[in-house]
Amino acid sequence: MPLLKIDNLSKSFGGLKAVSNLNIEINQGELIGLIGPNGAGKTTVFNLLTGVYDKTEGKMTFQDREVSGLKPYQVTQRGMARTFQNIRLFSDLSVIDNVKIAYHQRTSYSTVSALFRFPSYYSGEEEMLRKAMELLKIFNLEDKAQETAKNLPYGEQRRLEIARALGTEPKLLLLDEPAAGMNPQETQDLMNLIRWIREQFKLTILLIEHDMSLVMGVCERIYVLDYGTIIAQGTPDEIKNNPKVIEAYLGEEVV
Amino acid sequence: MRNLFNRQNIVALLGIVLLYAVVQGLIVSDIMPPFYKLTLIQICIYIILATSLNLINGITGQFSIGHAGFMAIGAYISAIITTILNGPLVLGLLAGAIVAALAGILVGLPTLRLKGDYLAIATLGFGEIVRIIFLNTEYVGGAAGFTLPSKITWTWAFGLMALSVVLMKNFVNSTHGRACISIRENEIAAESMGVNTTKYKVMAFTMGAFFAGLAGGIYANYFYIIQPMTFNFLLSFNILVMIVLGGLGSMTGGIVGAIVMTLASALLAGVPEWRNVITAVLLVIMMIFRPTGIMGTKEFSLNFLGKKSEKNAASKN
Repeated sequence: MPLLKIDNLSKSFGGLKAVSNLNIEINQGELIGLIGPNGAGKTTVFNLLTGVYDKTEGKMTFQDREVSGLKPYQVTQRGMARTFQNIRLFSDLSVIDNVKIAYHQRTSYSTVSALFRFPSYYSGEEEMLRKAMELLKIFNLEDKAQETAKNLPYGEQRRLEIARALGTEPKLLLLDEPAAGMNPQETQDLMNLIRWIREQFKLTILLIEHDMSLVMGVCERIYVLDYGTIIAQGTPDEIKNNPKVIEAYLGEEVV
Repeated sequence: MRNLFNRQNIVALLGIVLLYAVVQGLIVSDIMPPFYKLTLIQICIYIILATSLNLINGITGQFSIGHAGFMAIGAYISAIITTILNGPLVLGLLAGAIVAALAGILVGLPTLRLKGDYLAIATLGFGEIVRIIFLNTEYVGGAAGFTLPSKITWTWAFGLMALSVVLMKNFVNSTHGRACISIRENEIAAESMGVNTTKYKVMAFTMGAFFAGLAGGIYANYFYIIQPMTFNFLLSFNILVMIVLGGLGSMTGGIVGAIVMTLASALLAGVPEWRNVITAVLLVIMMIFRPTGIMGTKEFSLNFLGKKSEKNAASKN
């Protein structure tokens, strides 16, 4: 049984079909790329998966349970976490607080214990701090724990966003253009990081990316989206030589 | 429990007790003029109002300006219980706060779907509706108001103020408070981190309403008379000014704002015609030179007293 199964998913905004009859299957442990020209509907697919948009038609099953119609926070609680194309950190908060918020949904202590400082508050906070620091250590951000998030350099903000997503303890991680704005060296580091966290956290990853070296370098399978439909799928080598993909990216004359 | 009795908390507790004892001593020994006592109790009431509004506006980022409405509900309910029904003061204060909190849930559920200006307009409308309901209810005296005995002493006002502030501070400095802050920072990101934003918005709104109701109860049971006119939108704006002045999102900032504004208004009591002009000019100057408010989003804390900071705790791991 695949971890995530998208069946005939469609989404229209008025007369515009942003996504139509989309079919994607992702198995446990895979690293899948979703590529396509600008405006192909990639981010719309993420927004549909995470409950930001409501689908028009179709089915999405995650771990054998339907996820369409859930609110974004419920989707996250089911084990799907995402990052954003334009970084959405809690920019005025410290790095550590950003990660702590991700652990919020797993907190054991109630509002009442927080108000009256019952022992469970202290143990819960300690546990949360420990976990958050561990995560920051993995992402090499532990020295910046008290730094305000918006003061981090761009590459570190990207890393923090991934760290924060991992804090929700997901099964499936959705990365929306993680390498956007990075230089080749940073992209290379990110590639290694993505491979490494997949092993370490036993994750399944679906990533949207424009940077072909990243996609071709790390993904095992790639879906190509154009005008809201899948026009090709396969291994990186198959995709590189697929005439339809070249046509979508470069135009017909080149072929 | 070992954590509860750290050096910070003990020093804070000693400070609170000392402040209380000094003022109480001055009152008991008749050294303090009644006008000072009145101002101090007013400060207590405004501190509760300002910190509770800060919970909604500053911490959760939901721009509400209907605080006088919740205060009015607390005031009238507690007055009815302590005077008409001859109930004990504690029961009156608690009931006032709880009814205000219920009103908070009722108003919050539908209106918190609104954002920014729209929420402000809706809550402003709510405050006016509450005022007009009381204005037209003969049972509570209508426009003439409701007279009741003054039962609130410095001990009550200060004790309830300290308790309210500690409870709100405890809420803010917990994962639940952080969930509220994450909504202010970025609602979409908060939702995608698994924070049930509706739940936490309503929670902050309800808690803010609860404490506003409590402040209303203290007000009613201190000032002998409550009139609907007291709870007009100017009062809501006054509380808003306090938290903006002190620093939106800073609990200690709310306290500072409440103290400064109440003192300013008391000091300028001799020149009533200039009072509003002077406060307005001060606010304009403030907005030019320090638009984030006196405290910004910073908090005054006793962290420097050697409690291991998060950094130290982390380096041990």
